[in-house]
Amino acid sequence: MTLEVSPAPAAAAVLVDERGRTPRGLWRITRTFFRRQPVAAVGLVLVLIFGLAGIFADWLAPYSPTANDFAAMTEPPSWAHWLGTDQLGRDLLSRILYGARTAFIVGLTSSIIGGLLGLVIGVGSAYFGGQIDLWLQRVIDIVIAFPAIIMALAIVSIFGTGVQNVILAITIPGIPRCARIVRSSALAIREVPYVDAARALGYGHTRIILNHMVPNVMGPFLVVITAFVGQAILAEAALSYLGLGVQEPVPAWGLMLQGGAEEYASTAPWIAVFPGLAIMLTVFGINLFGDALRDVLDPKLRDR
Amino acid sequence: MYRYIISRILLVFPTLIGAAALVFLLMRLVPGDICLVRLGSGGTSFTQAALTACHAEIGIDRPWIVQFLDFLWGLARLDFGKSMWSGKPVVVEIATRFPISLEVALMATVIAVALAIPLGTISALKQNSWIDLVVRTFSIAGLATPSFWLGIVSILIVLDFTQAVFGHPWMPPIDYVPIWQDPIRNLSIVLLPALTIGYRYSAVSMRMTRSAMLEVLREDYIRTARAKGLVRRLIINRHALKNALLPVVTVIGIEFAFLIGGLVVTEQVFNLNGIGRLMVLSVQNQDYTLTQALVMVVVTIAVLSNLIVDLFYAWLDPRISLA
Repeated sequence: MTLEVSPAPAAAAVLVDERGRTPRGLWRITRTFFRRQPVAAVGLVLVLIFGLAGIFADWLAPYSPTANDFAAMTEPPSWAHWLGTDQLGRDLLSRILYGARTAFIVGLTSSIIGGLLGLVIGVGSAYFGGQIDLWLQRVIDIVIAFPAIIMALAIVSIFGTGVQNVILAITIPGIPRCARIVRSSALAIREVPYVDAARALGYGHTRIILNHMVPNVMGPFLVVITAFVGQAILAEAALSYLGLGVQEPVPAWGLMLQGGAEEYASTAPWIAVFPGLAIMLTVFGINLFGDALRDVLDPKLRDR
Repeated sequence: MYRYIISRILLVFPTLIGAAALVFLLMRLVPGDICLVRLGSGGTSFTQAALTACHAEIGIDRPWIVQFLDFLWGLARLDFGKSMWSGKPVVVEIATRFPISLEVALMATVIAVALAIPLGTISALKQNSWIDLVVRTFSIAGLATPSFWLGIVSILIVLDFTQAVFGHPWMPPIDYVPIWQDPIRNLSIVLLPALTIGYRYSAVSMRMTRSAMLEVLREDYIRTARAKGLVRRLIINRHALKNALLPVVTVIGIEFAFLIGGLVVTEQVFNLNGIGRLMVLSVQNQDYTLTQALVMVVVTIAVLSNLIVDLFYAWLDPRISLA
């Protein structure tokens, strides 16, 4: 019987300083967070840098991400173009800033939608059990065993390319993976006496699920969707690289690595290097943060 | 125990049939017509009669249910039919491209294991030291790096390196030769893609090795072994690692089944003519028979490796069969 999944006490413990006080004020909270969770803090800083870059790309970008400048093609990094230009003379820094927006839109949307659907299916499957659980598990088996790339390819071929359909292509294979993890935590909660008590009091299914089951699977759920954001950003990059994802002229990191990047790689390596670094650092930040989150939310793992 | 094994084996069939139904349906929902592509690809005009004849020839004029049952019946006899695009038997199409993908996958696994187990063990033994920090950072970075980008960068490095050393850039050859015919040429094709996939693959296994080792090292029998004065190396190799490897082997087995996802992009980067690229091509060409067969091959590998892992676990841990 595991009850450790309850996040409340563990989460509170994160922000207690050396003397056991809970800090007040933004500055102090930040300072304590950095001191207590240095790894998570590094992750968070990376995510914030790229997240803010995406949000404020309109103000930050020195050039238009789509403007060609044929007088400045494949220019190396310089004061005019900090990260250089690509084969069409587009400013790489501006494209990376706008690319961050695309990456986060795809990453967050698909993880939130996929995560929530996975949560509903996972908790529902564990709560109702019996035939419903049996059938849902079989469907989940099928979708998990099915190659995600084929599913994504088919979805993109059916609905066409573009940001929305990429989100769809990434979300659908993600749902069963999330549902499976949520279900395994929810199964443990289902057997806990207070769920029986709630049932004995005559509470409806919805109330028990929302008030008693869902809050208790929040720990693993948050860990799963954090990882999902990083996976989704990688998947978007891969699909766009294959030409099946985001399409020109929308700036996207995977798209920047397609075509020109390989062709000009030896003469203008910056075209290939910087967009990949952006993907790597963003996902790296998300993973660092997610790892720290898992350690905090799962006390069993904290000593490890 | 036997009941568990039998029911576990029987569960394989609904999954396979479900996957067959899913790929069948997905392919038919994709708009377009392979016959239009086939007839129109030469730039010549064609008649309605030719189109109808083409439909009849490859059998897509029949009702869906008939086509589906035909597909299932073919599967049951392990007869995948002919590629709708090239007209060659699907088995031949897959068999010509399978060796290179398999070799890359196997070599990636070897690289992953060779990296993951020693590094994960050291990381666990030196928990919270700088070595641990470096290994963990290395593995989290492995999970964060897009394999295709790593591929592009590694080609770049090879080009620059050979340029600097030999004075002229060298690129890995792309036409595959089996390892027994020309080992050096074979390795120069396969090594880089295997490294880029293997790095990511090792990250997952490394994390698993580390956490499994940490768990095992806290067990009583390790303390007993220490107390009776056993040599540290023996404790680690015989007692700890042996027990910690079980979940690691599981992860390696499951990840192997999903390597195909990594292969699709990596084969694109390195211009390898493997089944990853064939998969993308067959979906784009609307080649129903070929796509269906490829999906069934991949799903079967995934389902069987899961089955083996589950049965292996049940055999080792008798508590599972009671669940």
